[in-house]
Amino acid sequence: MQRLKAVVKQEVQGLNGDEAVALAVKQCDVDVIAAYPITPQTIIVEKLSEYVANGEVDTEYICTESEHSAMAACLAASATGARVFTATASAGLALMHEMLFVTSGCRAPVVMAIANRALSAPLNIHGDHSDAMAERDSSWIQIYCENAQEVYDSIIQGFRIAEHLDVQLPVAVGLDGFTLSHTLENVMTLPDEVVNTFVGTRQFPVVLTHEGKTVPYKLDPASPMTMGPVALPNYYFEFKRQQEEAMKDALKVIPEIHDEYAQVSGRRYGSGLLEPYALEDAEVAIVCLGSTAGTVKTVVDELRAQGTKVGLLRIRTYRPFPAETLVKALVNVKAVAVLERSMSFGGGGGAVFHEIRNALYDEKTHPFIVDYIHGLGGRDTNPAQIKGVYEDLKKIVNAKHVEDLVRFLGIRE
Amino acid sequence: MSKEKTWKEASPAGVCWKSSVTYLTGDWKTFRPERDTTKCTKCLTCTIFCPDGAIRWKSEKGDIEFDLSFCKGCGICANECPAKAIVMRI
Repeated sequence: MQRLKAVVKQEVQGLNGDEAVALAVKQCDVDVIAAYPITPQTIIVEKLSEYVANGEVDTEYICTESEHSAMAACLAASATGARVFTATASAGLALMHEMLFVTSGCRAPVVMAIANRALSAPLNIHGDHSDAMAERDSSWIQIYCENAQEVYDSIIQGFRIAEHLDVQLPVAVGLDGFTLSHTLENVMTLPDEVVNTFVGTRQFPVVLTHEGKTVPYKLDPASPMTMGPVALPNYYFEFKRQQEEAMKDALKVIPEIHDEYAQVSGRRYGSGLLEPYALEDAEVAIVCLGSTAGTVKTVVDELRAQGTKVGLLRIRTYRPFPAETLVKALVNVKAVAVLERSMSFGGGGGAVFHEIRNALYDEKTHPFIVDYIHGLGGRDTNPAQIKGVYEDLKKIVNAKHVEDLVRFLGIRE
Repeated sequence: MSKEKTWKEASPAGVCWKSSVTYLTGDWKTFRPERDTTKCTKCLTCTIFCPDGAIRWKSEKGDIEFDLSFCKGCGICANECPAKAIVMRI
């Protein structure tokens, strides 16, 4: 994170990641929240229901009987023109699976926090990215945060991104289970009115209805319309193509909104898509997502102080995948290690590794690249391990060859 | 059939841009209802049971009419007809 000159007076509050989510949602004038509690997301819904019970927000809170119902309620509320939020994790997100596609397919700009947690079995409540990565093809925008401050900032930006007329897609903001969701940090918070002005009121694209009217895309008895109808082989494909275009447009919109937010808050996370750290002259680099980046930055500082040219590229926005800028950032590095907290079993590494390797394919010269699966089920990744990865990268550069393409960091062999 | 829209022209998210009245859905049926007017008592049971509203009372004719542009050939009308006046034929 880069701190610019503070533009507005901000209050420092001691918040964990979940509380940071709840506060941001409170300030974003959300009309409807439909959610079901699940560890490690629970604090989010606890805080939000407190705000509702205390009359601190003008929000309808729907206690649903499952996450599938929660997302169904979110979609329906969003269809009426409401600003909608939900939060979940792990098995809860998996249970939403079907409705995630319906929500994005209906172009409902719902914002969701995912307190990223491992999937069973064996049962595990701790942090990794398996839950969100399993939903990467659901046409939701995915942002992964490094700390509680970024969580707060990303939720606020999330509503603007989702509701942007060129996007109109739901946004998921990921915070690593426990590492971020339950860890108390100093979070700079904006005044309510500043957030309110920044997010503004929800925008609607205009659509042509069966009555021949051109009206805002929301349910209104005065101008009825059919949402989410059947689309047979002669039309379904066209609507999916529209979603892909919206993702492409989001690659432009996310940095714009990120810049606009930086003007207000004084905080930047790289371009909003990618955050390079000591990368400019780096010979070897790590690419990672989420809270691992905090540990990597500490190690980079230490190794840089010793004169070693190491760097980091943190992927903040994973969907849409910023392939073009990622290639520019990495093409001159000699060796890259991808650190990811999820696994595509039988796929030869994780999804992030595959996509980065794919993005580099057309380059005349490209770095050696190696995948490190790490931190599954909340396994800690410590500075010594990160140093080991940089050592491995130097060995790869010297050997001009990658021995094991997929490695497991911090596992007992 | 009007020219199908491209992905750039179509309303987002599949919002219907034409009425169901102009979107003919009866062209994939296998069976069609055939009525024996000598048996039909015009009790209108079939108009109530038709799930597609494809059987209508035409007051000017003083008779019912099957709209084959919307009839799916499900056969409910034939099944429900108390006079057994409707049979389904290929």
